Amino acid sequence: MPAKSDLKDLIRRVRRGDHAAAARALSLVVDEDESAASLARDFFKSAGSAQKVGVCGPPGAGKSTLTGRLIGLYRARKIPVGVLAVDPSSSLSGGAFLGDRLRIMAHATDPGVFIRSLASRGMVGGLTHAIFGAVHVLEALGCAKIIVETVGTGQDEVEIASVADTVLYVTTPALGDEIQAMKAGAMEIGDVFVVNKADLAGRDKAVADLRGALGLGRAAGQAPRAWEPPVVAVSALSGEGVEALGRELDAHWAHLERSGERRERLKRQHRAELEFWIQRRVLKTALGRVDEKALKDLLSGKTDPASLGAKLLRKH
Amino acid sequence: MEPKPRRILVAKPGLDGHDRGAKVIVRALRDAGFEVIYTGIRQTPEMIAAAALQEGVDAVGLSLLSGAHMTLFPEIVKLLRKRGLKNLLVFGGGIIPDEDARALRKAGVDRVFGPGTPLQEIVAYLNEKLAVAR
Repeated sequence: MPAKSDLKDLIRRVRRGDHAAAARALSLVVDEDESAASLARDFFKSAGSAQKVGVCGPPGAGKSTLTGRLIGLYRARKIPVGVLAVDPSSSLSGGAFLGDRLRIMAHATDPGVFIRSLASRGMVGGLTHAIFGAVHVLEALGCAKIIVETVGTGQDEVEIASVADTVLYVTTPALGDEIQAMKAGAMEIGDVFVVNKADLAGRDKAVADLRGALGLGRAAGQAPRAWEPPVVAVSALSGEGVEALGRELDAHWAHLERSGERRERLKRQHRAELEFWIQRRVLKTALGRVDEKALKDLLSGKTDPASLGAKLLRKH
Repeated sequence: MEPKPRRILVAKPGLDGHDRGAKVIVRALRDAGFEVIYTGIRQTPEMIAAAALQEGVDAVGLSLLSGAHMTLFPEIVKLLRKRGLKNLLVFGGGIIPDEDARALRKAGVDRVFGPGTPLQEIVAYLNEKLAVAR
């Protein structure tokens, strides 16, 4: 753990936009170093300063390539961009192959772009435990747009909705019909939908299917929503449709601001961050106390799971 | 507390596109519990240095088969040091003559692995080197 004066210096350097300092701070936060709490205390002051765009969708939909395009779009406007790209950790070895960066290398040496690959480290739902802490580091660094790319679990990755301000759901023409688009799960949390690989056949039908499915709520008599999620056809490969997508992302950000929804989302994000923190703490303390003796006591009938569980939670 | 996974950047500088070897290393390191970032082929030294810095890695592995290792490997080491990554472990692999390997060691490439190196040897090397560092 770094000394207190070093931490102060580190925080100052991050706030000045120093990439090396941000990289170090991210390592401390992600590795849950003892210093992480004091770093988090400072960086949290920047919470909510950036538009966080969550990019989700099934594996192979083109999330990373699209992320590369979005970076290009924002950089053309001179906006500092941060990217957190999550890939799965192996449940067998604990290791991970983090391959998202490979698709974003065009921006590798741009000083206005900071990209960090993160391993999920045992968390399900497409994210990683330290995601909020990592977001705050990038906010403190001065990134005005932060793109969070999820693992790509597809149907069930709804966690991103409690991290991002704008959820971008990416699909492709080859990935199912209207029935798929009607299912619950990730499809329900999208703020903007992208039919990527628009250079492939079937693009118009995919867009129509999605629009059709998204419009079913209204057809069923629900009141119109303040924000109807748009569907944009994009070819991340050629860049076609990226400008239009950028306009929708801006429009959603403006909508959040105008409607007061931005504050509501921030509240939801803080709630999730707090819950994450508590979960981690319980995991590291009470669950760590489940030992051989506890199991023996259960086997011998000396106690029962509810009584023992309550006891383990009370112990500090 | 359980030990945190070590992070390794595997990078291919230079112009050759033969990255089967690099991918095999990536896979072996992943299966040995490392978090591995692979940045693909044809990377400039600047790109590799920026990636190593942002990703906060514990080591950088360079793979090169084109013969330009004597130019590119030292260049990358130099850029990493310039960016403040003074003690970052750099190792390499490829078709590299012993004589060159000795010179590269002097230039800051800690170890060069030749063709046919057993994967366990590389894993053991990293485990040993990274256990003491940090």
